[in-house]
Amino acid sequence: MNGFNLSRSIRTRQLLQVRRMRKITEFEPRIIAFTCNWCAYSAADIAGISRFHYPANVRNIKVMCTGMIDPGYILRAFERGADGVLVAGCEIGDCHYISGNIKAKERVERLKKLLHILGLEDERLRLEWIDAGDGRKFADTIENMAGKLKKLGPSPFKKEVKS
Amino acid sequence: MAEVRIGVYVCHCGTNIAGTVDVEEVARYAKQLPSVVIARDYMFMCSDPGQALIKSDIKEFSLNRVVVASCSPRMHEPTFQRACQDAGLNPYLYEQANIREQCSWVHEGDEATQKAKALVEAAIRRVSHHEPLEIKEIPVNPNTLIIGGGIAGIQAALDIADSEHRVYLVEREPSIGGHMSQFDKTFPTLDCAACILTPKMTAVGQHPYIDLFTYSEVEEVSGYIGDFKVKIRKKARYVDEERCTGCGVCQEKCPWKTDSEFDIGLGKRKAIYFPFPQAVPMVPVIDREHCAYFLKGTCRACERFCEAKAINFEQTDQILELEVGAIIVATGYDLMDPTPITQYGYGRFDNVITSLQFERVVDCVGPTGGKILLKDGTQPKSIAIIHCVGSRDQNYHTYCSRVCCEYALKFSHLIKEEIPDADVYQMYIDMRCFGKGYEEFYDRLSHEGVNFIRGKVAKVTDEAVTDEERGRLVVIVEDTLLPGVIRVPVDMVILCAAIEPRSDAEEVAKLLKINRSIEGFFMERHPKLEPVSTPTEGIFIVGCCQGPKDIPDSVAQALGGASKVLSLISRGKVSLLAATAKVDEMRCHGCGRCEEICEFHAPKVINKNGVMVSEINEALCQGCGLCAVTCPAEAISIRHFTQEEIKSMVDVLTES
Repeated sequence: MNGFNLSRSIRTRQLLQVRRMRKITEFEPRIIAFTCNWCAYSAADIAGISRFHYPANVRNIKVMCTGMIDPGYILRAFERGADGVLVAGCEIGDCHYISGNIKAKERVERLKKLLHILGLEDERLRLEWIDAGDGRKFADTIENMAGKLKKLGPSPFKKEVKS
Repeated sequence: MAEVRIGVYVCHCGTNIAGTVDVEEVARYAKQLPSVVIARDYMFMCSDPGQALIKSDIKEFSLNRVVVASCSPRMHEPTFQRACQDAGLNPYLYEQANIREQCSWVHEGDEATQKAKALVEAAIRRVSHHEPLEIKEIPVNPNTLIIGGGIAGIQAALDIADSEHRVYLVEREPSIGGHMSQFDKTFPTLDCAACILTPKMTAVGQHPYIDLFTYSEVEEVSGYIGDFKVKIRKKARYVDEERCTGCGVCQEKCPWKTDSEFDIGLGKRKAIYFPFPQAVPMVPVIDREHCAYFLKGTCRACERFCEAKAINFEQTDQILELEVGAIIVATGYDLMDPTPITQYGYGRFDNVITSLQFERVVDCVGPTGGKILLKDGTQPKSIAIIHCVGSRDQNYHTYCSRVCCEYALKFSHLIKEEIPDADVYQMYIDMRCFGKGYEEFYDRLSHEGVNFIRGKVAKVTDEAVTDEERGRLVVIVEDTLLPGVIRVPVDMVILCAAIEPRSDAEEVAKLLKINRSIEGFFMERHPKLEPVSTPTEGIFIVGCCQGPKDIPDSVAQALGGASKVLSLISRGKVSLLAATAKVDEMRCHGCGRCEEICEFHAPKVINKNGVMVSEINEALCQGCGLCAVTCPAEAISIRHFTQEEIKSMVDVLTES
């Protein structure tokens, strides 16, 4: 046995241990993504087909249009412990139902004000327009959102905040 | 309500899912969830035995709900819904969990399995709330609209019309023919474009089942598959199509000239003109912008000489309303304007031209009568052909335009044929000869004395360093095979500019409610398996509007589009969307907010036994759900996307 290999194996073991410990303690935010059938959901599929990896923190819920997302759904997600909510639809002007995304934008903006009053950070509710073919943007959005939420820590709405 | 009995099927998809997700664990997890009667994992759920498994389980275990965890529902939802239907289960009692595109392909290890479990659990919870929906069918209008009369639109029109079903072919320009009519020869066989295109154009013009609208544009599209309503603006030609005999005297006598669009500024045309000699229909157009009568109120030479009395200065635009069952979009492409790539000097140097301009130069009916000439009328002794101008370039378009390598080879052959001692330089990045007979064509050309220089051209300049370069163009290029920057003095430079989406592709996409992919071309429903369908039922895309293509591929797509339309017509009926809005009349106040917000005029407040309530027209409802969220009384819900369904998913997915 030479010393070099031995020390390396010890270091590897230490590194693995550190990583395992970090995994236990590191906060993993939960993101609920409401994605429209025509653009954002398709973009998420394209991200898959193109194998653009992104953090597994996200859970997609497919809706026909962002215009069918009741603000109650978003509130429910936060109430149940989501750390972030993404509303993703077609670019303005590209809505399959003409104006659903414009209405969604108005509602999300109004809801943001309400959530702000309730003490929720602005970054936790995000609105994105993602083209049907833009898998890259979907993956990047999740990556970026997960990163920001990790820094923010658990949602203040969480019933039991583990610290 | 009967007891909910759910069957759950977790697909391995070979190793696509099972390689990442522990599918057996997912099935075990599903098995112990409430209402789940049976949970299995299987190699390929979409295969016949996979579907048979679902069907036999529905019978054996009296299942009344089915969940399949596999690929995206965009891929196989219809497959499994059909399997349910075959076993006597309403297809809306089915739910799919996407554990491939949105899980196994993008995540790894434990996280992927964990997410798959959550997605399956959410699907199970949601499916419990599903209700059987009635699927209504409506008849399909057997008429078809085709937008664009290039080779793709022409081919699709002929194939559909040959089955004796009416086709409305709408073309924006005064004649059909598209880009192909501007080409001289076609690669790799070198047969003349006009010789193979003209018979098809004539056939379209004479076909009893084709109504041709040239110089016309689609203004409005409403409705849905089987029953579209379309408004077409037929622009005023100022020539009576019925009376005109196509003799051409008007064009001959017209004293006013301007640049020809067909010859891309290289030649001239009159103010009243046929775009090219083989135009279909053979009816000229008066260009208001350049006609002396419209500008100054005098002249009328064409009117004086027209024996058929076909000139009509009073003609106005006409709006036509058509009803069709399906629409084929074949709007083609634009050639990129290389002016923004300033280093190549297009627009600054007279003898730097685009590939399409060169097609006009070599065409025997083109501005030079088929002679390859410089701007000053002399014959060039050396010509450089620059590949990938705006294609495969991070600054412009990252995609490959697919046809440039081959037509560049064709150009060298045509140049060598006319000027055997000319020096021809191909400046390429990679030669991509992918089609049938293309590599052989490349091989043939490499024996015809053409110089191939592998490297991306840095600059085209007129700054001479040596005597040889004086008064000529100099192409500066790094030869990557014989390392070093070289200066090539030439007389003419041809830019193989990129194929681009039409400049108005965005508006057309909005008009038809179809999507565009990232580079701006129209987007197909599936990149491999649904190349001509769009996410909007009843609308198909063929040819270069979907992406750069050569003629054989455009024609193949046109045939594909035609076959899609014909199968729709021959079935004669389509199913209406079942997941529409529904009103709880006990809750409805009849306030009319739904009526105001709906873009499709589906809800209407009516007087029902003295009470004002909203009623939804199911044929018009698209199921977008805008009214449901807007309703202050929460009286409207969307079938298949009810509050309970979405909330049940939210609950599961936030917690697991």
